[in-house]
Amino acid sequence: MSDAPTKNRPDTAALKVIGTRPVRPDGVDKVTGRAAYGADFRAPGMLTGRVKRSPHAHARIVSIDTRKARALAGVKAIVTAADFPDLASQEYEAGESASNLRDLAMNVMARNKVLYQGHPVAAVAAVSASIAEAAVALIEVTYETLPHVIDVEAAMAPDAPLLHSHLFTEGVSPRPASPSNIAKRHLFVRGDVDAALAAAEVVIDRRYTTQAVHQGYIEPHACVAEMAADGQCQVWSSSQGQFMVRTYCAKVLGIEISDIRVTPAEIGGGFGGKTTVYLEPLALALSRQSGAPVKMVMTREEVFTATGPTSGSVMHVRLGATREGRITAADVELKFQAGAFPGSPAGAASMTAIACYDVADFRVVGWDVVTNSPKVAAYRAPGAPIAAFAVESAIEELAQQLGLDPIAIRRLNGVRDGMKAAYGPTFENIGFMETLDAIESHPHYKAPLGPNQGRGVAVGFWFNIGGESSAAVHLSEDGGAVVATGSPDIGGSRASMAMMAAEVLGLPVERVRPIVADTASIGFTGLTGGSRTTFATGMAVVQAAEKVIEELKRRAALIWDVPVETVTWEAGAAIGPLDPKGGARRLDLDTLAAQSGRTGGPISAEVSLNAQGAGPGFGAHICDVEVDPETGQVTVLRYTAAQDVGRAIHPSYVEGQVQGGVAQGVGWALNEEYVFDVDGRMENAGFLDYRVPVASDLPMIDAVLVEVPNPRHPFGAKGVGEVPIVPPLAAVANAVRAATGVRLDDLPLSPPKIRAALQKG
Amino acid sequence: MAHVVACSDCLDFTGGTAEFDVAADTVRRMILELEDRFPGLGDFIERKMAIAIDGEIYRNAYSAPLKPDSEVYLIPKIGGG
Amino acid sequence: MSKIHISATVNGDPVEFLTEAGVTLLDALRDELALTGSKEGCGSGDCGACSVILDGRLTCSCLILAAEAQGRRIETIEGMARGGELHPLQQKFLDHAALQCGFCTPGLLIAAKALLDANPDPTETETRYWLAGNLCRCTGYDKVIRAVMDAAAELRQVRAA
Repeated sequence: MSDAPTKNRPDTAALKVIGTRPVRPDGVDKVTGRAAYGADFRAPGMLTGRVKRSPHAHARIVSIDTRKARALAGVKAIVTAADFPDLASQEYEAGESASNLRDLAMNVMARNKVLYQGHPVAAVAAVSASIAEAAVALIEVTYETLPHVIDVEAAMAPDAPLLHSHLFTEGVSPRPASPSNIAKRHLFVRGDVDAALAAAEVVIDRRYTTQAVHQGYIEPHACVAEMAADGQCQVWSSSQGQFMVRTYCAKVLGIEISDIRVTPAEIGGGFGGKTTVYLEPLALALSRQSGAPVKMVMTREEVFTATGPTSGSVMHVRLGATREGRITAADVELKFQAGAFPGSPAGAASMTAIACYDVADFRVVGWDVVTNSPKVAAYRAPGAPIAAFAVESAIEELAQQLGLDPIAIRRLNGVRDGMKAAYGPTFENIGFMETLDAIESHPHYKAPLGPNQGRGVAVGFWFNIGGESSAAVHLSEDGGAVVATGSPDIGGSRASMAMMAAEVLGLPVERVRPIVADTASIGFTGLTGGSRTTFATGMAVVQAAEKVIEELKRRAALIWDVPVETVTWEAGAAIGPLDPKGGARRLDLDTLAAQSGRTGGPISAEVSLNAQGAGPGFGAHICDVEVDPETGQVTVLRYTAAQDVGRAIHPSYVEGQVQGGVAQGVGWALNEEYVFDVDGRMENAGFLDYRVPVASDLPMIDAVLVEVPNPRHPFGAKGVGEVPIVPPLAAVANAVRAATGVRLDDLPLSPPKIRAALQKG
Repeated sequence: MAHVVACSDCLDFTGGTAEFDVAADTVRRMILELEDRFPGLGDFIERKMAIAIDGEIYRNAYSAPLKPDSEVYLIPKIGGG
Repeated sequence: MSKIHISATVNGDPVEFLTEAGVTLLDALRDELALTGSKEGCGSGDCGACSVILDGRLTCSCLILAAEAQGRRIETIEGMARGGELHPLQQKFLDHAALQCGFCTPGLLIAAKALLDANPDPTETETRYWLAGNLCRCTGYDKVIRAVMDAAAELRQVRAA
């Protein structure tokens, strides 16, 4: 079911809870240290698991000798690829996006070859961490090292070291005769871009590069897993989806999905990086062998070297335009590192690259290229910030060349309702122009700048998705309610779920307690990702609350002995027809709940749906920087981010999403990057050398919420979490260019790079 | 007849044809019709494609309705972070 | 491996535990004393999620050996609220929505408490630099800084009254 019933829904003008800022229901747990994250769980008799990882970027595994490790007192289990089924290549959809199960399994545990430094080759469980670590050191792996390749263009070269002998480029015709590292070509074309470029009055032609960056969630991956003698499994882990963990573990281990129960721990950040499994299947395999629960927690170095960063890239943009600034042609080529297995976000990047603009003739080509680096994982609007860095930088240059205001050129070319998106469908109910209005009228845009200071503008787009979600609403006997969903709460979604249920039920939000349920206690729910949770799971919550109200009206009709059609629901109470003496009939929720035993039993409703109609999101940002000409250090002075959010359910957490996305984007623009040595080993696998923004690096971030409601959500919500990371890379880079007058097209804009560019002039 | 526009990923199945008209009143009917006409395409759509109907993107939605004048785009499925 | 016996004061209470020579204070707090509010984000003193106050001084508990805690006074997040009453910093974090995933929150609160203990009236810049050792990847720090400044103002009022 996808079409939401609309009865019982409060008039949006009369909203009492939506749009307010209550304290989040899980707040006290999180400020007192009581909230239990992945590593906080303990099971009686549990063992500690550790992973033996490849020191090489690319090597054949000649042999693995575990005898000495097994002989160590206290070692209870050791697993290698031999303990997992050798899966066939198969695409499998676990809630949101498809993964190839063979690649997934081979990323969890290397088979025959290691493809990046940090790739697991064995795992150990022992009675203590120190014994497990000693055992890992005693496992002897013989490698035959192979030439490696990490740079994306080097990996595309015909003579590049080959990662997979079975990989033939998809999306080109005819199919290539020989394998290569190019997994796929994405192609989006309209009209004749070559002719349009030839006819253009102005052409911008630029190459841009970015480096791999990590999601940088502060909580390392962690789990406790146990497989009993009858094969029944329990997993407690931190992830963006307990159902994803359940499915992937079952597939990697070759067991039944329903034999696994996954309980979601609190999650300490994900940003897309916790949409897959790394440790859970290993812990289950170790538990199967040892008969005891196994706890595994990654170190920060393991997080950097063995879990998903997003792609580094090389991009080429050619824009053609009239002298008035109307963009007539866009030719964009995106080359993306996928890491060890196919699946970079080159496709999504290709679809978003020029999504903000109405361009008659274009060609966008995206290349998905495997490299000897950790397999990329989703990172907040996957691919879109990278492509936006290139396109928004080129548009800035076009505006400068034509002497146009950066907002004006975007308004001149920007998409509006009724226009066809570059990726196909026609836009409806979008708020792009409204976000441009919001930054243009913001005092920031006209504020004066000092010496060595510059201002940059950039915009961004993300699709937002819906998808499968389940929610249950249970009334307590005293008229309060519990809302259960299958969506892990990363950024305050419990608050928005409780608020939406409270709004429909007519309860104060404090009387609605939201929980995140385990896989055995709620229907299937996709990942907390894709900016879908408040939209899709929220839709399920609203529909479940509406079903509860239908039931309450039925109970009231029974009590009054009147036809149910004569009963309405207003402000938290059933209203019936006047009684025989002309008196008003009203039964509030508390009274109806208290009598539920006599009127038919407990009152609850569960809704599972596949939500459609997520509205796309747009953002427009202004960034001011100051560049120190001596050191090349960039200081972000002021930042304003306007975004169309549809309707903000809890404005503080919506602002928080915008501010957090901006901060990550600023880090990506200025400091963050994977640095590899000549042997393909990561040189900066720690927070000291991989520098994410700290409090003193940033100013306040002014989040301006623009509300163009989404008619397909009960309260008008659109996805929020991903759009805000799309514009900052270009907004910062455009500001740095404005401050220095120097073109810098290679991220990150770290001080040595800027200093060198300034000296070169 | 709904008008269907396929992205480049589908062209291997259609022999290069990017646009075609399909008599179907639901997404499921459309997929079956396309599988009939271009063997393998229906399965490919189910695994890899999202379906935009008159501007709204649907995923895995067999029952989504098509109107006789609907414009349908087959586009790659989107995930997210 | 023989274990070392440690006596210390944690959140005002005497505690005793056994530890191995190489174990960090963070691991002892979490594994021996079941005080899991202090988090490990990096194990190298770069993220501040394990912040505790050791003899009045803000410290990364992942950089201290458990054996070094002998005879010392340790404050952790679990001791910040007084019974059922939240510390003003905790309340302001809730009021300002200064947390999203909440993983860095215990460390930030401890660091902020150490700041306000030392400087009841910090400027925004002082607050930002003091908290620069506590990484937060979710919030962009905006609401965190506002919450700390607001708590400082409230604490000053309480003291003045």
